[in-house]
Amino acid sequence: MSSQAQPLGGPALGKVSKWILWLGIVGVVLILWRFGVGLGRSTGLNDGYPWGLWIAFDVVTGTALGCGGFAMALLVYIFNKGKYHPLVRPAILTSALGYSLAGLAIAIDVGKPWFIWRIPLGGFPDMGKYNWNSALLEVALCVMAYVIVLWIELSPAFFEKWKDSPKEGLANFSKKAYGIVNKLLIWIIALGVLLPTMHQSSLGSLMLLSGPRLHGLWNTPLLPLLFLMSCIVMGYAVVVMEAALSSRFFGRPSHKTMLADIGKVAAYISWAYLVIRFVELALRGRLGLMFQFNVYSLMFWIEIVCFAVPAVMLMSAQKRQDLGHLFRAAMLLIVAGTLYRFDTYLVAFMPGENFSYFPTVPEMFVTIGIVAIEILLYVALVTVFPILAGRPTTAEAH
Amino acid sequence: MAFDRRSLLKGMAGASAAAVASASPVKAARERKTVPEDARGMLYDTTLCIGCKACVRACKEANNLPADTSTPGMENFDAPTDLNEYTKNIIKLYREGDRRSYVKRQCMQCVDPACVGACMIGAFRKEKYGVITWDKDRCIGCRYCQMACPFNIPKFEWSSINPDIVKCEYCRQREGDKQWEPACCEVCPREAVIAGTYEELLTEARRRLETYPDRYEPKIYGEKDLGGTQVLYLSHVPFEKLGFEFDSEEPVPELQQTIQHGVYQGFIAPAALYAMLGVVMWRNRKKSGLPEEGGEA
Repeated sequence: MSSQAQPLGGPALGKVSKWILWLGIVGVVLILWRFGVGLGRSTGLNDGYPWGLWIAFDVVTGTALGCGGFAMALLVYIFNKGKYHPLVRPAILTSALGYSLAGLAIAIDVGKPWFIWRIPLGGFPDMGKYNWNSALLEVALCVMAYVIVLWIELSPAFFEKWKDSPKEGLANFSKKAYGIVNKLLIWIIALGVLLPTMHQSSLGSLMLLSGPRLHGLWNTPLLPLLFLMSCIVMGYAVVVMEAALSSRFFGRPSHKTMLADIGKVAAYISWAYLVIRFVELALRGRLGLMFQFNVYSLMFWIEIVCFAVPAVMLMSAQKRQDLGHLFRAAMLLIVAGTLYRFDTYLVAFMPGENFSYFPTVPEMFVTIGIVAIEILLYVALVTVFPILAGRPTTAEAH
Repeated sequence: MAFDRRSLLKGMAGASAAAVASASPVKAARERKTVPEDARGMLYDTTLCIGCKACVRACKEANNLPADTSTPGMENFDAPTDLNEYTKNIIKLYREGDRRSYVKRQCMQCVDPACVGACMIGAFRKEKYGVITWDKDRCIGCRYCQMACPFNIPKFEWSSINPDIVKCEYCRQREGDKQWEPACCEVCPREAVIAGTYEELLTEARRRLETYPDRYEPKIYGEKDLGGTQVLYLSHVPFEKLGFEFDSEEPVPELQQTIQHGVYQGFIAPAALYAMLGVVMWRNRKKSGLPEEGGEA
């Protein structure tokens, strides 16, 4: 059976703007510079705000935006909605790239990236001493494993291309590997659901350790649940955004009806998220914090509005059929989830009045550069490998 | 229509119920930790400190710390304004109207330390005498310890390209000495800060509070705060004025670890979830005849 996904064809980077290439290059140069001068000179980080833009955006938000693969796997495999298949491969590609580059961001952010390999070993030479109390250890191990899982999930796209390769060795290997991956796929995909469930919720639990210094509107024992729900919403929103963009720029089928369904699921989860958030604040008697008219209450309401508006937008079955409408709602949900992460990790974190943080220009250009690299790799891979669906599927046709 | 509302709601309700159940704190809360039997600590008394900073200098010497010349206008002086990558111990002045007080800041040697709970592969450990140590060979430089410590103690070598964490370790390099005392306690001319076993210090603090009740705030900071610390404070001004703003007896890691342990106990829940996912998918695949391959269109 042959896949209906097809490469776009043409030169690998033929379809990207030079600007994106330059932003990527600037990013790489700045990353090298950061290792030359240390974190103090290259970033706005300090002892009060030891985590900044790179952690809050590239790692915490970046992996949540990389939850498209996770969210689609939930839908297609667990809820048995096989017809959404054409959206799966591109979603897994964005996830694989998002998580891999989040890994890169971690390597840039930590002080001694050359010792990262000691984490999976539990230290070295004194091995196996894991601190299982550490939510960060769980996140680190899960993310490392998940990056591998994602590339395995995506690997059929590579094997499909390579099995017709004129190089006999590569072709034979691809045929064999294709078969093996196929057999194991169920268990790999199950991992692809289990691992994000674990580490995306743990990204919420992480901040419980900053509890005494976290503003009351964000500090709740339900942080893991809220992080998990919002990352699934963001995953669906990214799938919608990406399908809309590929149809616009690459002329691929947009799978509108499927996107409308996905939008609906995202809306339901957003409502559940909002209800849980407000009920929890009410139960803990913290509703008053919303009306203090300070930066915290302001950020809180912006966040809430960014969740609620698209959730309302996506309730109308008729409007969901409009691709532009879907796209706008998805973008708002992405903003909402991003703000929630920025607020929890930076804005609501209160190390004391004598500390302040704002990212430096190089810090921002590293982040922009990483996003640029992600776009470059995405375009290159969909150009060369069969990832985007090539023609309308049966589901789309009726 | 792809999803009928009912199946969607059912699925979501099930999923969120499971999630809530797993995320809500389990009833069997984590046990409170107690002060180790061999615990050593410090007792600092604001009424005795004259702000001479002999302890700041002694600490630098004992720990081979470079001078901090980064304070603007003070480039010729070792003049740290706070704990930082060059400074493990500092004396600060609090002043408000006529009221003033010095306060010494260094690691509090928590009974249930957040940094130890945070650290991935145990660079931070609570060791002999309850002293919290940092191990260069187990640190990746992730700085979660800094995010976690409620007292803002661990500092990062921001200026280095191979940065370490800098933090008071109770002068553990002197442990073999006959009279093991941290340099700051040894040098203090007024005995404003003294070292000793936790028991001795707590008894002494109580004695002072009882003998001079009108001299002090009626509280020994660290006796119970945030689960207790091995460094104890007596003060003549309210403790929150000195930067001890947390009025809670709950150890920082308690809530997080209760939740994490609840969810991950024996790794049963994740393993069960994994098995369930696999079985559901296997059945679905058989039922619907989904294409074999994952990314198939």
